[in-house]
Amino acid sequence: MDFSAFKWDYFTFMLHGFGITLFVAFLSIILAYVLGIFIALLRYARIPVLSKVLAVWVDIVRNLPLLLILFFMYFGLAEMGLDMTPTSAAITGLVLFESALISEIVRSGLTSIPKGQSEAARSSGLTYVQTMRYIVLPQALRRMIPPTVSQFISLLKDTSLAVIIVLPELMHSSQIIYNQNYGITFLVLFTAALMYFAVNYPLSMLARRLEKKLAN
Amino acid sequence: MDLTVLTDYSDYYLAGFLTTIEASLLGLIGSFVLGIVIAVFRIAPFKPLNALGTAYVEFIRNIPLLITVFIFYAGLPSIGIDMSGFVAGTLGLCVYTSAFIAEAIRAGIQAVPAGQMEAARSSGLTYIQAMRFIILPQAIRIVIPPLGNQFLNLVKNSSILAIVAGGDLMYQGDLVYSSTFDTVSTYAFVAAFYLLLTIPLSQLVNYLERRMAKAY
Repeated sequence: MDFSAFKWDYFTFMLHGFGITLFVAFLSIILAYVLGIFIALLRYARIPVLSKVLAVWVDIVRNLPLLLILFFMYFGLAEMGLDMTPTSAAITGLVLFESALISEIVRSGLTSIPKGQSEAARSSGLTYVQTMRYIVLPQALRRMIPPTVSQFISLLKDTSLAVIIVLPELMHSSQIIYNQNYGITFLVLFTAALMYFAVNYPLSMLARRLEKKLAN
Repeated sequence: MDLTVLTDYSDYYLAGFLTTIEASLLGLIGSFVLGIVIAVFRIAPFKPLNALGTAYVEFIRNIPLLITVFIFYAGLPSIGIDMSGFVAGTLGLCVYTSAFIAEAIRAGIQAVPAGQMEAARSSGLTYIQAMRFIILPQAIRIVIPPLGNQFLNLVKNSSILAIVAGGDLMYQGDLVYSSTFDTVSTYAFVAAFYLLLTIPLSQLVNYLERRMAKAY
């Protein structure tokens, strides 16, 4: 192993890749959160047929490998005439997959709020939408913060799978470097690992702190 | 959808399905054994071991699975240790999953009241005996549902073998695709085979969670 072959340029190249990883992960978690809340609310409202259809949808998406979904977004949609860039395919796939998981977090948050709360709100004259907006959701969202932070950590890790649709993220940059400099493969992989770790570790500590705080 | 894709390429699908099951089972056994060792490190009455166990769990949990797989697939060959994509992928899965299993086991063991260990030790059992006969049998019940969850993730994560030419379901799907060029049909059948494994598994995990919740 020749560590001196690891140049500063490689490091900045990897950092650039990590920037794309962060960008895709951040945009995806926001969109997945919005879509996840939407799915959960529709399921919670027990709308005939639609709620059942969504339940089946969530179960199917949750039980598929993300790799398959990403692949499908990139190559499948292109075949149907919808050409995607790697970035938009990665974001679409991640949002689809994560929104199903987040909708389950939201749903368990919603069902953890005692029924009496919404009954009291409704009988004080609030409409269904007002009850959700002002009474149930604000309480549920608080409980959902720690699992959502954990979900972001897995999303950031999962972004690495977009390497198969040639998204120029961190793992892709790493592969480019070590394919040209065989001797520093370990060093490159370890540097990439440290970049993920530097973001994820503080987040996981935060999730744990919030969880403890909510438990009290 | 074109059903002839399934009938014409049934050999590919079957081979991939079996390889996915094989990788998942080997991954489960390997990560379970490694996970127990790490969990013991984390709770053993010896500080340096605790630190080592904690470092392992925190590091691995916060980096992508793809990195642990690439360590075996690209890292080791760079210092002259070659292995097939299947072996590299499965070893990567073991290392990654073991961190999560170690956490599940540690949480289970620490959920057993401390008085149990103290009572066992003061009745003359050694630390190992107390673990073997008193603590572990009780912890196993608590640990089974999260372990089931990890196995479910393992089955989905085994699709990472496709990236390292590991011969799994996703990889065989890629082969089928490269001769049919029919993304939708090819991957719809791949998805169906995954669901054949993951849906019953997630039902089982739900059932175990409900049963274990009732028992206490």
